[in-house]
This record gives sequence, C-alpha cells and structure tokens, in this order.
Amino acid sequence: MEHIAHDETSFVRPAEVGEMELYHAKTWLGKYVFSQDAKTIAIQYAATAIAIGMVALVLSWVMRLQLGFPDAFDFIDPSSYLQFVTMHGMIMVIYLLTALLLGGFGNYLIPLMVGARDMVFPWLNMISFWVYFTAVVLLAASFFVGGGSTGAGWTLYPPQAILPGTPGSETGILLMLASLAVFIIGFTMGGLNYVVTILQARTRGMTLMRMPLTVWGIFVATVLALFAFPALFVSAIMMSLDVLLGTSFFMPAIMTMGNEADHVGGNPLLFQHLFWFFGHPEVYIVALPAFGIVSDLISIHARNNIFGYRMMVWAIIAIAFLSFIVWAHHMYTVGMNPYFGFFFATTTLIIAVPTALKVYNWVLTLWQGNIHLTIPMLFSIAFLLFFINGGMTGLFLGNASVSMPLSDTLFVVAHFHMVMAVAPVMVVCGAIYHWYPKITGRWYHEGMARFHFWVTFVGSYLVFLPMHYLGIMGVPRRYFEITGTSFLPDSAQTVNASITIAALVVGFAQLVFIYNLIFSAMKGKKAPGNPWNATSLEWQTEHTPPQHGNFGKELPCVYRWAYDFSVPGVEDDFIPQNVPPRTTTPEAAS
Amino acid sequence: MLIAIILLILVLGTVAFHFLSPWYFTPIASNWSSMDDTITLTFVVTGLGFVLVNVFIAYCLIKFRHKPDRRAEYEPESIKMETWLTIGTTVAISAMLAPGLLVWADVVTPPDDATEIEVLARQWNWSYRLPGEDGQLGAVAVSHTSSDNPLGIDPSDPLGQDDIVIYDPVLHLKVDEAVTFLLRSNDVLHNFTVPQFRVKMDFVPGQVSYIWAEPNEVGSYDLLCEELCGVGHYAMRGRVIVDSDESYAAWIADQPTFAETQVELNTNLMAGESSYAVCSSCHGVNGEGNKAMHAPGLAGMDAEYMRRQLRHFKRGVRGADESDTWGRTMAPMAMMLADASAINNVVSYIGTLSGQHDFNADTSYGLSQAVARFEPSASGDPSKSAALYGSTCGECHGASGEGVWTVNAPALAGLEGWYLAEQIKNFRDGVRGRHADDLYGLQMGLVSNTMTDDQAIEDMVAYITTLDKNLEAPVKLAQQR
Repeated sequence: MEHIAHDETSFVRPAEVGEMELYHAKTWLGKYVFSQDAKTIAIQYAATAIAIGMVALVLSWVMRLQLGFPDAFDFIDPSSYLQFVTMHGMIMVIYLLTALLLGGFGNYLIPLMVGARDMVFPWLNMISFWVYFTAVVLLAASFFVGGGSTGAGWTLYPPQAILPGTPGSETGILLMLASLAVFIIGFTMGGLNYVVTILQARTRGMTLMRMPLTVWGIFVATVLALFAFPALFVSAIMMSLDVLLGTSFFMPAIMTMGNEADHVGGNPLLFQHLFWFFGHPEVYIVALPAFGIVSDLISIHARNNIFGYRMMVWAIIAIAFLSFIVWAHHMYTVGMNPYFGFFFATTTLIIAVPTALKVYNWVLTLWQGNIHLTIPMLFSIAFLLFFINGGMTGLFLGNASVSMPLSDTLFVVAHFHMVMAVAPVMVVCGAIYHWYPKITGRWYHEGMARFHFWVTFVGSYLVFLPMHYLGIMGVPRRYFEITGTSFLPDSAQTVNASITIAALVVGFAQLVFIYNLIFSAMKGKKAPGNPWNATSLEWQTEHTPPQHGNFGKELPCVYRWAYDFSVPGVEDDFIPQNVPPRTTTPEAAS
Repeated sequence: MLIAIILLILVLGTVAFHFLSPWYFTPIASNWSSMDDTITLTFVVTGLGFVLVNVFIAYCLIKFRHKPDRRAEYEPESIKMETWLTIGTTVAISAMLAPGLLVWADVVTPPDDATEIEVLARQWNWSYRLPGEDGQLGAVAVSHTSSDNPLGIDPSDPLGQDDIVIYDPVLHLKVDEAVTFLLRSNDVLHNFTVPQFRVKMDFVPGQVSYIWAEPNEVGSYDLLCEELCGVGHYAMRGRVIVDSDESYAAWIADQPTFAETQVELNTNLMAGESSYAVCSSCHGVNGEGNKAMHAPGLAGMDAEYMRRQLRHFKRGVRGADESDTWGRTMAPMAMMLADASAINNVVSYIGTLSGQHDFNADTSYGLSQAVARFEPSASGDPSKSAALYGSTCGECHGASGEGVWTVNAPALAGLEGWYLAEQIKNFRDGVRGRHADDLYGLQMGLVSNTMTDDQAIEDMVAYITTLDKNLEAPVKLAQQR
C-alpha cells in the first residue's frame, strides 16, 4: 500500500487563530431571529429555501398538468405557463439548491467539521441571511405585481425578457433582476465568511488534507460562486439599465409590436456570454457540495475509508477550474461564431475525466466495504444512478455536433434534471436524514423515510428517463403545447401523460418528507450523539444538538483524516479525528 | 438487497426501453447522417459505461452488504488503479470527441456552391427571401420595415429589387441541393429547426447567423422555433417543402420579386368597385355584413388579412373543409378574382366603405341589422375573459384589439360577436386553420384551445365586443331612429 500523508498522526500543527469571543444574545429576538449562531442561521437558510422550493415544486405540478393533459385546465394559458417554467427554474437553481447547500449545509457544517466555534464573522453571517430573505421576498412579490412574474425562461435572455410579448415584461422582470442582485450581495457576505472560516479558523491539527470532503466541496463551490456570481450581477444591472434608462447594452435596433424600438447598437449575445459565465459554474456550485457530502455519506455508511481521498480533492479543484472555460457549450446553436465550438467541445469533454474519476472512487468505496443500507446510504446510491445517467447524457450535449439535434429539446431538460436537479436533491435528502439526529437530537420516522425514498427514487427515474426520448423525437422545450406537427406520433402524448402522473406522485412524497422532518423534531425518538459511529468532529461534540460555541471548554485537537474506518488492528470500526494515536510506530514517526 | 434488485431493474429497463420503445429520432431527410452516426457511437460508449458501472454497484451492494462479522478492507488509495482508470476514461472520451469535432468542421463550413436563402423570423412567423437573377441579396435595415415592406429591404438598393420575397411561412427547397440559410430576426431571438434535417441555429437580432443542410428526401416538413421568443413561441410554426426540380421550378415562378410587390401597391379602385358588386349581395353595399347570410362586415377589416384570406379561399386553403358550410360558399366567390392585383383592387375598394347600414332604404330592416350587428353577446361575461385576453389574445391582436401587422394578427375590435364566435369555434374544431399551408390558422387553432368550452368562447367574444370604440354610437343611433 502507498504511504500517504494523512497517516502522519504524530504531528499536530498549532491552530491558525486563537479562541474567538462569541456574542451571546440576551433577547429572544437576538437568539432566534437575528441570531449570530451559524447553526441557527443554517436552519433559517434551510427553512426559507425549502419553503420557497415548495412553491417551485407546486409550479412544476402545474406545468406537468398542462403538458400531460393539454387544454384540460382553465387556469393555465401560454403566458402563465411560461411564468411557471421561469419561476420554477430560477427558484430551484438559485433560491433552493444554492441557498440550501451553501447557506444551509455550509453554515451548519463548516464550523463544526473544521473544529471552529462559529463562523469568523458571525454578525455578517446574520446579515447575509436577512439579505437572502429579502431577495426571496422580492422574488415572491413578483407573482403579485401587474402583469405577473417574468416568463422569459430562467435564462432571462434579452431582448424578449424586457419586451412586450413576454409575460412580466412590465414589472416582473425588474423584480427578478433586483432579487438576483440582492441575492448575490447576500451570498457574497456569506461566501467570504465560509472561505475565511475554512482557511483561518480550523482547529489544531486540521490540515487542509485532513478536512472531510464535505468541507472541501462546500469550500471550492463557494470560491467558484464568488468568482461566478459577479458576472450575473453585472448582467442584472445592465439589463435593468436597458429597461429603466433606455441604454442598449443588450438591445440592437429592433421592431416590437409593429413599431421600431428605441434601441440601437447592443448585442444580445453579450448577455448570454455573461449569463453562462455564471451559469456553468453554477452547475458546479450546486454539484460540488453534493459531491463532497455524498463522499462522506458513502464512506460512513459503508464503514470504509473514501477511496482515493487525494484524487477526490484534486478532482474537485480540477473540475472547479475547468468549469470556467466550458460556458459556451450552452451556446452551440445560439448564433455565436461557430468556430468557438471546437474549443468548448474539447474543454467540456475534458471535464468528464475528473468527474468520472469521482464516480469510480465512490463506487470503489463500496467495494470491499461493509455496506449498511441506511436511509442516507440509499439516497447516496440513488444519487449515483441519477448522476451517472445525467453525466452520460452530458457527453451527448457537450460534444457540439452530437448536441445539435438534441439542443433546445426535452432531452436537455431531462439531462439537467437528472444531473443537477434530482442528483443533488438525492444528496440533500440523504444529508438531511444523516445529520438529522445531530441537528435535532431526535430520530426521523424510519417508515416514512423509507416511503419517501422509494417513491422519490423510482418515481423521479420514471419522470426523467422517458423525457429524453421525447427530446430525441424532437419535442422542443418551453412549448405550451405540441399539437399540430406531422412528425410526432400520438403516443408522444401518452408519454407526457405518464410523466405527469409520476411527477405528481413524487411531489406528494415530498410532503411526507416535510411532515416527517417537522413531526420528528418534536416527537421523534431521542438520538445519541454519534449514532452512525462517524469520525468527523461534528459527531464528537459535548452536547447534541451542539450548543452555541459548538464544542466544550477546549476545542478538539485533530490527529488524523476523517476516514479512519475499519483500520486494521483496531477493535472499533472507526477512529474519530480527535483521538490521539495510541502508539507511535517507527514507520509513522519517520 | 432490494435496492440492488431495483437498481438492476432500472438499469436493464433503461436499455430495454431504448431498444424496444417506438420513440426515437425522426427519419433523417438531409445530408447530416454523420450526425446520426456520432450519436449512435455516443450511445454505444456511454451505454456501456452506464450499464457496467451500475451493475458493478449492484454487485457491491449484494456482495459487501452489512453482516455482523463483516469488516471493510482498509485501502486508502491505489495510484496504479486510478492511473489506469484515468487513461481508460480519456481514451473512451477521445473516441467520442474526435468524430464529433470532424462533423462539427463540416457544420461550420458550408459548401461554396450552396444556395443562399434568407429566413426572416419575427414574433411569431416566418418569411423568406431568395436572391434574384443577380444572385445577390439587397441591403436591409430595421428602419425600412413596414407592412408594405415586411422584410425591411432598402428600396434604394438596386441589388434588392429582384430579390424574390415570400411572405408566406411555407418555403420550398430543391431536393439534393445544398442550402445555406441566412438567419435574420428583427425583434427577438428565434431558432430555425427542421427535426428531419438535424441541424438547427438561433436567430439573433442585429446580426445574421447561418446553418447549412442538403435536403435529400422529397416531402413536407415542420419548421419549428426552438428558442423561447415569447407567448406565441409554441405556435410559431412554418413548413419546408422539399420539391423535385420540376415542382420547385413551378413554385418559384409564382413568387413575386420585391419590385413587383411594390408595384402591386398601386391599386385601381374602379376595378375594385366593379369586382365588389358580387360581394355586396351578401356583405352589403357598404360592407356592413349580413348576419342572416353569415357574411361578416368587411368595412374596417385588416387589408393584409383580407388579401391573405382571399388567396386562401382561392387556393382551397380555407373553405375546403366539409363542415365549413359558409366557407364553402365563399370559396367560389373568391375564384372570380383573377390574380393578385384583382384581390388587391377589391380589398382597396373595401377600405373606402363606411360599414353603415342604409337606414333610409328600409328602416325596420336596417335598424334590426344594426342592432344585431353591434349587440354584445348576451350569454357571455366579459369580466371572466379579460385576463385571458390580456395574457394571450392581446399579445398578438393588441391590447385593445387593434391588430398588429408584424404578427399577422387582424384587428378584432369592430368585428361582430356572432362572427367571432363562429370563427373561434371553427378554429377550435379544426374546421378552419388545419390546411397544411395555413400556418397562421394553425397558430390560431392552437391558441383557441386556451378557451376550454363554448361558454369560455362566449365570454371572450363578449369581452372583445367591448373593445370596439365605435360600438356605442351606431347602436345608439339605431335605437334613436
């Protein structure tokens, strides 16, 4: 076996910052509303994200009702359909997944896993949540203004996003742009906090290469987001100026509703480049935390060390770097200079290599393991299926010429739902069940959790697998209705109807999930402090749930990596990170 | 155990679904079979990877599932294995990338001898322009665009005079001839997709993008917009007909040049008036219409709309359906108009009509007709349909029913309620707008589905009749008399 760095348990570096002074709230308001405790802020983030995510879930039901049973429902017309599509996409990507994975899991887990008492800037952390909350309120408000929310598609492409003919071009689009700008401001506060905490506030002995992969995933995703979001921020500002001040950043000379518009000289493709310069890294902003978390879930519940830890870390970093030079693979057919296709197809397929390696290492962690089929493990396996499937279809869409017949069809919709919607959601569910006993001190209801898993797992696959084939047949995305063509067989409508039924069933299972989370937090069985026999520091706290300040009087001292499972010669099948080495063997000392 | 079995079922079910289900690509009708080949190759490579990795997972789940005496094997990493996996993956990916890039090289370089055809996409319809005898397309600009010059061709550019213009959304192509489509939009983003051709490309206002294909199967194909372009996106349909050389020659000979379309604008009202004599027996001498004959009022109707409908009646695109009794009555009437200029003359004459009922000639008849014509629908509730009108109908027909020429949507304000209701039902029931060449009719047919029953149509008609600014005056006038 190779000798690797994380086995060096003898040397413990000093912590890089001293003990921090915590702010102790004196009022109820200060403790629960404007809390400066990262754990409370995490729950605020998660609750807000899930609440607005439920709205997006309901929107998806309405969309599916129209597609499955066209013309059966009075309340869906082409305008409202586009509004539902747009809001569903934007909420799910930004306001649910990004906020939940970074704001929710990031806040809860970073300080606990690196052995810090809290984030390094607790007050800024509190503000960050309330700014995010404001962004959500602005977004939700757009449902109620005249003309309704924007229906420009979540990509908000100009010119149509701001012209009549697109729903919400009156006020909805401005609220959307404002909400995004506010979200990014809030995220920047939080994101800088996560990065500084990970770099500066790790406890003694917690070297970077001893951090659990969860922390690595969240860390690199946050760095990505800090670089990527500014592109979205400026494009939101520029588009707002096009609307409000009549500038022409994205607006060439055009007609609108039979008249010449008052714009000249702008370029709609400029927006698309800015958008996807943000938009592609955004995929990894969602995916990398999920990668990190699922690595830990698989390792812990298979009682096996993660296979190829160093490769996993470098793969995360490589993917993050590459994700900034692949953006125009979303733009092969948008009318940019087609010669760019050669470059972006090549970089895109290169990114598949580190991604595939991560899959191999997850699978090899199962190999020779001792696999406990707990709820978190089940969700991790579901993640693997969805992620492998979605990754494979990515190879179709990343390869310029192969993607051409498929782009702008339901194949694309099926692909990205597999890879960046269902797959991360599987991890989110697994992670919530995994850390639930730590966060609440109680067990979730096992039966409800299993019901939730099986329906979500099988149901989601039945939703998205057939959808690929609708796209292959040529059904375009963002179509209110696709009757009146000569190339689609009538059976295409049968596929659509069955997808709708599966989607409604999966949606219902999420209500069971939410009920389980709320009900068990009050009535669940009491859980012990380290029910999974895990090694990372959050399971070694004095109290469960951890109190303000996380650890007891002394911060833990770290002597090993987070993956000492089933170490030969040790009776237990796990050794927590803060357990000192019993004996120093001659090899280890050298 | 259960999870391993379900996983295997899903994975093997995926493979079975792929091979056994009837749902796959449309039969190809262009030169891009190389694209289909790279897709097949990608399916093989990724399919193998998908099955192998998932079956391996299922195997691990069965073999290494928890048992009381089991203990995992401690092996942090294996540089050798990871290196081989990296190499293997890189090889597999290169095997897909390299052929893909070769096909892309063909995509970006149209053959030198390809015919250039300009496609103009506009919310939510298509028109086309072919170079005339000089082989070159004339200059265009948004500022030249008007209902008389929808493509915005520069009237002062001699190169543009002989350009062949096709304002109909149906384009004919010659089989086995490579075509470079020059894609131009003058409002928002659009996209040019013929599923059977495989290639597609967006339109970007402010620039001209291109894509090329060589259709190699005679036939009629749907043209779709696949880039979100607003409310009418899903109804923005066109048609590409791939012809044998002879049928293509016959079609192209019928298409006017830009210069010809400009000459046609000069009309002969006298000739129009004499043609109208036939029309007046049903539609009335003043174009006021006659409900008993199911003849709508023509005065105030959109000129371009009337020209198009007359062409459609003449060619059997409208009024050919068995159950369209009144359309079948109109069709032979339209036949009497010999050509485009005859149509143009009569439409211009209709433009001069007042639409007033002739009260003096037969007072009682005129009164009841006038009231019947402008009477709002009694059974409809306008408040129930105002929102749908605003979000759907108004996007094309204008917020106050004034009509918008760029979307080919006629004015609705001023049309009689009974006529609107009759036509909406015709669209909904496929009595009108289902002919392959009537793509605006198809568009209206799709949108009419948003009114889910007869009552919804009555409500909508009731709302539209309130849009008529001239409504109150004639009704009052008639009542006073």
